[in-house]
Amino acid sequence: MSVETILVFGEADESGPSGLTLELLAAARDLATKAEVFVVGDGAAAASELGAHGASTVYSTGVLDGKLMGVHAAATLQAHLDSNPVDAVFFGQTPDGRDTAARLAVRLDQPVITNNVGAVIEDGALVVEEPVFGGTQNVFTAFRNEGPSLALFRPKSFEAEPTGSGAAEVVPVDFVDPGAAGSATVTGRHIEERSGPQLDDAEVVVSGGRGLGQPEAYEMVDELAGLLGAASGASRAIVDAGWVPYAKQVGQTGKVVKPNVYVACGISGATQHLVGMKGSKNIIAINKDPEAPIFGVADLGIVGDVHKVIPALIEALKAR
Amino acid sequence: MTDDADSLTRSKIRTQLVSPIFGPRVELLSGQHRYSTLHQRVCEIFQLLIWISNNLGAESTTMKVVVCVKQIPDPALPGELDPSTNYLKRDDKLILDESDSYGVEMALQLVESAGGGEVSLVSMAPNGEVSGLRTALAMGAEDAVLVSDDALAGTDALGTARVLAAAISRMSPDLVLAGVESSDGYTGTVPEMIAGVLEMPSITFAKQIEIDGDTVKVQRQTEAGYDDVECATPALVSVTAGVVEPRYPSFKGIMAAKKKPLEELDLAALGIDSSVVGKNGARQETVRVTDAEERQAGEVIEDEGDAHEKIVEFLGELKIV
Repeated sequence: MSVETILVFGEADESGPSGLTLELLAAARDLATKAEVFVVGDGAAAASELGAHGASTVYSTGVLDGKLMGVHAAATLQAHLDSNPVDAVFFGQTPDGRDTAARLAVRLDQPVITNNVGAVIEDGALVVEEPVFGGTQNVFTAFRNEGPSLALFRPKSFEAEPTGSGAAEVVPVDFVDPGAAGSATVTGRHIEERSGPQLDDAEVVVSGGRGLGQPEAYEMVDELAGLLGAASGASRAIVDAGWVPYAKQVGQTGKVVKPNVYVACGISGATQHLVGMKGSKNIIAINKDPEAPIFGVADLGIVGDVHKVIPALIEALKAR
Repeated sequence: MTDDADSLTRSKIRTQLVSPIFGPRVELLSGQHRYSTLHQRVCEIFQLLIWISNNLGAESTTMKVVVCVKQIPDPALPGELDPSTNYLKRDDKLILDESDSYGVEMALQLVESAGGGEVSLVSMAPNGEVSGLRTALAMGAEDAVLVSDDALAGTDALGTARVLAAAISRMSPDLVLAGVESSDGYTGTVPEMIAGVLEMPSITFAKQIEIDGDTVKVQRQTEAGYDDVECATPALVSVTAGVVEPRYPSFKGIMAAKKKPLEELDLAALGIDSSVVGKNGARQETVRVTDAEERQAGEVIEDEGDAHEKIVEFLGELKIV
């Protein structure tokens, strides 16, 4: 038995659909006969790339001006699903994805399952896979509801894959006014400086943690990252401590990264962090505590003082 | 009198506060009254004084913040699933989720900077657990409501939100705060669902909150930085971890917390049908639990002054340098 239609909650900006949207589209296409995308934004601009990744139809609301998206997206999606029923809606685990799925779950009175990294169809039901206890076990949960199954997936759970199809058909959708609950208004946007390689797609990531001892020591991490053409990241401990901005956080509550090489400097390897980086192809860890859990996942572990090893490494790289 | 919303609200408050005892006094305030005797004059001054004291009180202490808190198994201990139900084991003592301590701290700071108000807690647990709530009361919250019922075991995010929303709606808050996600289930959807059930505006992922009259202004964390977002109260705001420094309960606070009101409610008291919670309400089934493929540890060496060479060599093999 197969599933007829899966709708992907698509996120897109001027540069096109997000990578996560394309990943979800690949999964939806694998599981269902038909994969559609619902874009709260300029879906028309994203239609050719979405089509090339296998979307049959792109529903496009146009850009939502100045309002926080979740409540508006959920009201509009509910009306849409009313006349265009689907078997499941896939959301990316993003702020807007979570807000929208949560509001939609209340409106439709349907369960939503979050934090998934995989999905299969078993006996006609959608079964999603969620890692627990820092990724040491996986829980497979089957939806047993009547109506659309709502599932949120973590980034990089699936590989985006073009099918070579043409542009998707674009169907415009009118926003539904959710009333006073949708009154949250965005009055300003602040972009923190983003230069050089980004965590999401860097070949190499160098991250620092509490073992650095003090905020100034993070400069070593940045310098090492610069020499390796890497993005710099951080553990939650030093983000919470205010040393570096949240945008650099790698882990369960931050970014999930899967670079070719991950260099962990002064990071003990709390499960919160391991979840975000242990999919890396190669892991190098430097930590002074030989018992640190990070050594359990490292391909090359250095038991030593980051304040000695990293400066020596920086000098050696500069000398080449 | 102007017809802006603020003064309209105030005129409503006046009417509500004064009229049940002394009859409609709107005319008293708009100056269109005609009294002649001394007795009437004294009455009028007396009423005015009552109105002033009521209204001053209303403006400095009305802010009521409800904080959703979760009591979880200590994350420092290894977690385990109950093999018969596949639910997370919660038999041991539960503690206040660190993620929620930020919400509690934020609420206390907001009330302090508003010059008055009240912070109340709401929590849900199947087994009547209160130790985490006592911790938050010791930090400075006034009182707490715990929803506890055997039928709650296995409740999913939506069921949890329905229960918490029912408890919150009895408390008539101006602001509801919650952590973005718990440290055990981390679904990150319950706060927004609560707002959905209450049909309330909401702002998630707040790293800073400011109350300006009837407006809540939030710096909302985004992938690239942050957005300024605002909405009218009552509203729900979810708070990201690490944005404030949760205070340690003082000894005095811990002693005081033992005497603070802690109301325990079951589903019947909230008028919730047990079919929307627990396993049946969740409408999902754990079909299997598997061990994840273990990543093999590689070589671990002690640094003797030359470990950097080993790293360069390794990076060379991978053609990074």
